[in-house]
Amino acid sequence: MSVLDSKIPSGPLAHKWTHHKDHVNLVNPANKRLIDVIVVGTGLAGSSAAASLAEMGYNVKALCFQDSPRRAHSIAAQGGINAAKNYQNDGDSTFRLFYDTIKGGDYRSREANVYRLAEVSASIIDQCVAQGVPFARDYGGLLDNRSFGGVLVSRTFYAKGQTGQQLLLGAYSALSRQIAKGKVEMLNRHEMLDVVLVGGKARGIIARNLVTGEIERISAHAVVLASGGYGNVFFLSTNAMGSNVTAAWKAHKKGAFFANPCFTQIHPTCIPVSGDYQSKLTLMSESLRNDGRIWVPKKLEDVKAIRDGSKKPVQIAEEDRDYYLERRYPSFGNLVPRDVASRAAKERCDEGYGVNKTGEAVFLDFSSAIMRYGKTEARIRGIENPSTDQVRALGEEVVGNKYGNLFQMYEKITDDNPYKTPMKIYPAVHYTMGGIWVDYNLQTTVPGLFATGEANFSDHGANRLGASALMQGLADGYFVLPYTIGEYLASDIRTGKISTDLPEFEAAEKAVRDQLNKFINNKGTQPVDFFHKKLGRIMWDQCGMARSAEGLTKAIADIQALRKDFFANVRVSGKLDELNPELEKAMRVADFIDLGELMCKDALERNESCGGHFRTEYQTEEGEALRDDVNYAYVAAWEYTGSPADSILHKEDLKFEEVELKQRSYK
Amino acid sequence: MNLTLKVWRQNGANDKGRLESYQVKDISPDMSFLEMMDVLNDQIIVEGKDPVAFDHDCREGICGSCSMFINGEAHGPGRGITTCQLHMRTFNDGDTIYIEPWRAAAFPVIKDLVTDRSAFDRIIQAGGYVSVNTSGNTQDANALPIPKDDADKAFDAATCIGCGACVATCKNSSAMLFVSAKVSQLALLPQGDPERTTRALHMVEQMDKEGFGNCTNTGACEVECPKEISLENIARLNREYLRASVNPDK
Ligand SMILES: Cc1cc2nc3c(=O)[nH]c(=O)nc-3n(C[C@H](O)[C@H](O)[C@H](O)COP(=O)(O)OP(=O)(O)OC[C@H]3O[C@@H](n4cnc5c(N)ncnc54)[C@H](O)[C@@H]3O)c2cc1C
Ligand code: SF4
Ligand code: FES
Repeated sequence: MSVLDSKIPSGPLAHKWTHHKDHVNLVNPANKRLIDVIVVGTGLAGSSAAASLAEMGYNVKALCFQDSPRRAHSIAAQGGINAAKNYQNDGDSTFRLFYDTIKGGDYRSREANVYRLAEVSASIIDQCVAQGVPFARDYGGLLDNRSFGGVLVSRTFYAKGQTGQQLLLGAYSALSRQIAKGKVEMLNRHEMLDVVLVGGKARGIIARNLVTGEIERISAHAVVLASGGYGNVFFLSTNAMGSNVTAAWKAHKKGAFFANPCFTQIHPTCIPVSGDYQSKLTLMSESLRNDGRIWVPKKLEDVKAIRDGSKKPVQIAEEDRDYYLERRYPSFGNLVPRDVASRAAKERCDEGYGVNKTGEAVFLDFSSAIMRYGKTEARIRGIENPSTDQVRALGEEVVGNKYGNLFQMYEKITDDNPYKTPMKIYPAVHYTMGGIWVDYNLQTTVPGLFATGEANFSDHGANRLGASALMQGLADGYFVLPYTIGEYLASDIRTGKISTDLPEFEAAEKAVRDQLNKFINNKGTQPVDFFHKKLGRIMWDQCGMARSAEGLTKAIADIQALRKDFFANVRVSGKLDELNPELEKAMRVADFIDLGELMCKDALERNESCGGHFRTEYQTEEGEALRDDVNYAYVAAWEYTGSPADSILHKEDLKFEEVELKQRSYK
Repeated sequence: MNLTLKVWRQNGANDKGRLESYQVKDISPDMSFLEMMDVLNDQIIVEGKDPVAFDHDCREGICGSCSMFINGEAHGPGRGITTCQLHMRTFNDGDTIYIEPWRAAAFPVIKDLVTDRSAFDRIIQAGGYVSVNTSGNTQDANALPIPKDDADKAFDAATCIGCGACVATCKNSSAMLFVSAKVSQLALLPQGDPERTTRALHMVEQMDKEGFGNCTNTGACEVECPKEISLENIARLNREYLRASVNPDK
């Protein structure tokens, strides 16, 4: 019997959540005032949770490491947010969104959680519109939608290429309202460095004030981790520079199981790496695949000509282009899910068809869409026999309206104009499906410790569909956690304030201080990034788009050696009691190194390919991922016992009652 | 290319601060400005000295963290970009580049190029929201059509990233562009209408309390704003404020 209890309510799938909500323990309003909750993180998941909990009457303390909650990484999300509204009348429904998500995740997520996500998705849009989030609208004043990969309906709501920004500012405004009321105490520029357990329950945290360097003890009746994903373990990713695993990892070390750490999403459309100095990669939103066609030349001589600049991409004749996604996957074409699109790009580049100097880029071309839209627009405007230039100009206008800011962003970085020449793109690390294990109530294996948003593992299985992370973050924060946390807190109404003088706080604070001092006093020679880049290289080469038992075994040994090197030779300048970004980085990289090892171990353990996890030993003849449902239809939840090498695997078997397990086909 | 950097170094709010000179070599034109700063910092660390502190996070022009005054301009040369979107191809080999923090009484320096912009948060807390609680029962999002033109204008105003370049650029350190962007967004949408009056009054009141200066319509903010927030928003804020002051009960 597994030690993991997912607490999935009984009853038919479609009734589970309603039934659960109707029977969950409630805390009476007068008692909520006696209860404190800490929310670590103010991205979509954290801001929405903090605001909602405060509205309900709890006393909330929220933390973020940026100078303002509005700057959380969620701000950078571009393309959109899914919801089963069926406004386009194209056959969408709660079930269809549920089904697409389960299938997209390659059957490695929990049915009950995913169904609930689909169920509350529509309320998210209503809530955001009520807050004044300016979603895109059509000429009739109604909300507009676009399509994302892996689905055949149009259910993605958006605000140009700044959907995350608009949603986060909506949640930030709700949070600001509660801060003004004194119901949320906001601690900006604070980093959580440990969870404090009292009597086996999460009762507080240790945080460092990043301005003064002071170490603070903060107590509460429950702690919510909404600290985001860990893609930066690869050093280069589309995540913000500060995104990190520290909060989640510290919780893991204190007893929270870490689930499916190796499930990483490599996003197919990012601006390719241009040099070793590169500090991060920039995403070009998946929404571009609505109108952009992906191709490489069919002939190697054309590839060579493009690389040496003797030919321009527009000079390659139509019949000499290989629109390889359309060729391999006629029914989904350019809109196959991310893992499939990324692997297909790698396959072409590995065969020598990459179109930039490093050989790691493919084209994303808008010329067909520009001409198509141009023709329609000319007709709408009653222009008879428009010239090609006229059509192109009109088409560029339409495309500019849809993706203007993304095109601009691309041009600023690369100095190329994507209206005139195709974009060059390549896959990059983008999102982490794995995370802290949680039950149906979003509670971790530590009582009183909850995890929401990208920090948990719950809804996306082995691959996340586009526009579903924003949906999940807000679902967790607005509509799920505020209910489910009551189940736990109902027993705390008589507990009273938790004292920060308890020996448990004392011990946790001391451990944090010791680690910080160790870095400050280390007599090393290399900056933190030197080690972080090395880690990133190991992870990308061995635990990236293609993995093998041999490579992973080597990676584990390499990471263990890197850990020694790091602790012996890192140099952290500055002092403890001041703003010290190098010290912050050192603390984060220490945890990334541990996590990297666990990711490789998890990937090695999973002898199958599914979603973003592609083991070269397990593929079909056509090179598609080959799942093993008999042996691996489970969530791998790791228990920390002193070092990643000694972590113990617990399995939560996944039961599929509503959907039939099939090989994913997008052909 | 090789460059000389004159960087503002200041250890805390009580230190007077000074420009210090650094040389960086072999800078690629494809690097972003912040990647060039990374190179500088790695060099300083290896020399055993204290690296330059600066705020940054997304490095793609959306979080509003980065905030450098470069050669006398907020976010440096180039229009419609943040510091992290500035690329070294804008500069020439042998250039000397001056790098300073935002300077405004309401944005005190914390260290080097890092300033405290929490005044902006407090302005939003004073009224930059719609008073709606979370519930699963708000009306259907499409129950209330909003003319596309209004929605688009509200969106344009809502793209403000709260970076503070407008304040840093303004000779009066006025925060009018920032405040007007939020007031406009919500005034243009039916959801924001019920609190229009109090919102404008409270946000402006907080802005004054934080020590931002008055707007004298020089328009420099619009030029330097990385999101090209339009001065029309300031005109709208003035109308909203007037309307509210004349008729505070409404
Ligand atoms: C470029 C990009 C584009 C994307 N586009 C889309 C899209 O179009 N649609 C979609 O659905 N998803 C998209 N995603 C994914 C999505 O943006 C994220 O998964 C989601 O925003 C994560 O939200 P979150 O609230 O869980 O975490 P984050 O937004 O990452 O927030 C984490 C918070 O935790 C805080 N924090 C972290 N550690 C600590 C600590 N130790 N102490 C204190 N505070 C801490 C941070 O300060 C921050 O406030 C995109 C992602 C990227 C990178
Ligand atoms: S108005 Fe422009 S310059 Fe001012 S804070 Fe907003 S984005 Fe920055
Ligand atoms: S770092 Fe986010 S805007 Fe520059």
